[in-house]
Amino acid sequence: MLGRCGSKGLKMLVFCLLFAIFVLACFVGYFVVWGVTPALHSPLMSVSNAVSGIVIIGALTTASTAQTALGEALGLTAVFLASVNIFGGFTVSQRMLKLFKKKERK
Amino acid sequence: MNTYLFFCELAACCFFILGIRYLASPRTAVRGNLLAVIGMGLVSVAVFPTLSAQTVWKLIGVLALGGGLGIFGGLKVRMTDLPQMIAALNGLGGLASVLIGLAELRAESLHLTEISVGMSVGAAAFGGSVVAFLKLQGIWRSGFGRFRFQNYLNVLLAVFGLGAWYAFAVRADLDTACLLIASVSILAFAVTFPVGGADMPIMISLLNACSGWAAAAIGFSLNNVALIITGALVGSAGTILSFVMTQAMNRPLKKVLFDYGTIARTQDLKDDRTVRVGSAAEAAFILENSSKLIIVPGYGMAAAQAQYALQAMAEVLRQNYQVEVKFAIHPVAGRMPGHMNVLLAEAHVPYEDLYTLEEINREFEYADAVYVIGANDITNPLAATDVSSPIYGMPVLDVGKAKTVFFVKRSLGVGYAGVENPLFYDEHTVMLYGDARKVTEEIVRVLEKKP
Repeated sequence: MLGRCGSKGLKMLVFCLLFAIFVLACFVGYFVVWGVTPALHSPLMSVSNAVSGIVIIGALTTASTAQTALGEALGLTAVFLASVNIFGGFTVSQRMLKLFKKKERK
Repeated sequence: MNTYLFFCELAACCFFILGIRYLASPRTAVRGNLLAVIGMGLVSVAVFPTLSAQTVWKLIGVLALGGGLGIFGGLKVRMTDLPQMIAALNGLGGLASVLIGLAELRAESLHLTEISVGMSVGAAAFGGSVVAFLKLQGIWRSGFGRFRFQNYLNVLLAVFGLGAWYAFAVRADLDTACLLIASVSILAFAVTFPVGGADMPIMISLLNACSGWAAAAIGFSLNNVALIITGALVGSAGTILSFVMTQAMNRPLKKVLFDYGTIARTQDLKDDRTVRVGSAAEAAFILENSSKLIIVPGYGMAAAQAQYALQAMAEVLRQNYQVEVKFAIHPVAGRMPGHMNVLLAEAHVPYEDLYTLEEINREFEYADAVYVIGANDITNPLAATDVSSPIYGMPVLDVGKAKTVFFVKRSLGVGYAGVENPLFYDEHTVMLYGDARKVTEEIVRVLEKKP
């Protein structure tokens, strides 16, 4: 986002800003996750598994900008693993969530 | 650096947060999952124009390959095997973070601390998930891997890991990075090695959290806000779930990981007490004459695939005999958080019929019958009274307050915790010996025969 920083001071500033975002995101996560009904804790887990596949952004960028063959191979493998995570996680969440049906009143 | 990509990533994070928010209720949950999918799609499409043109097709190919495999696995997996799948995905997520860290190591030297944290946490998620997967898949049985001096070995491995970390901090090359990854993976492997089947809900949640924290650490090393926010979300989700699970079992984390003494204990007093054994026909007779029945399913129910028979029993009792039927779900009834709910949902049990421990515990005294199937420890009254018991303090379902309690079990064995359940010898208890599914099907058959 803020690019690669040259000087140490700027690096520290960026780190502090990112850390602030991290802490706030933890709070958001905390409150949002407590709101999830216990009945849906399994889907929650698979959804969060899928979204943690967002490391694919890093993997894609790394694979695309790699200077060495090894770097590229590592990046490509990471892309593969992350995409398994994303598609697998969302597919299984969708399957689970579709099972939760309301009672049919007769 | 790319402003438009940044805003797309931020939008994706908002979608993720909203998506999890919508999981608050089963009514909106499908929408929640869809929102998360949209967010992921948005950011994945947005990233491609920023990549170098020569590599794009290669990347798309790899992505399609991984995606295909993911969808295939997601569609094929049986709901009873869900915990294994989640464990595998946790491991892959952790491994992905490790690999990105390794690849970035070459191009970058300003973020060594972040990279080392990301790689270590990712390696821990990976090492632990391998064990979790093997145990859940049944390749290793649940008690496998316990031996004396285990904790000393763990300490040794931890010291070795710290040494590797120090070496990495000094040298910061590929060799020391590999050493760090290997030592942390082995440490995580060794720590999770002895964890037993009933502690798996805690284990899986913890590994889920690890894969999230690893992603966040990698986000720091790449200066990427989306990874940080999402990693924090996933990390807190996993952490909260492990907290919920440890509360529900009253097993502090340090006991799960480092204390194996209490687990395999068995007691042999008994045999002068009598047990009332019933048949399916007797059970059917009592059930049809009840006005309120509470069903308590445990993992044994799922293992025997008895959920469809159970729902059939609930339906026939409701329709033909006007019995009020409720399901009581203990938080740890299953192999991962919320597992039992999914298993019952698959057998078309409406989610309104499922009640949590807090909701149902007051109702047992008004219940005419309780049908405990494939569960034991979660109903053991000793958890409230016997201070010396390994399950002391664990919240349990007060099934003993009901007029009649049926236990569907293969034998009079102890539960996972190795504690005998005194309810088996209670005069209000009827034991129904046999396979959970066969017994339930037999009861359904009897109930359906009558007009």
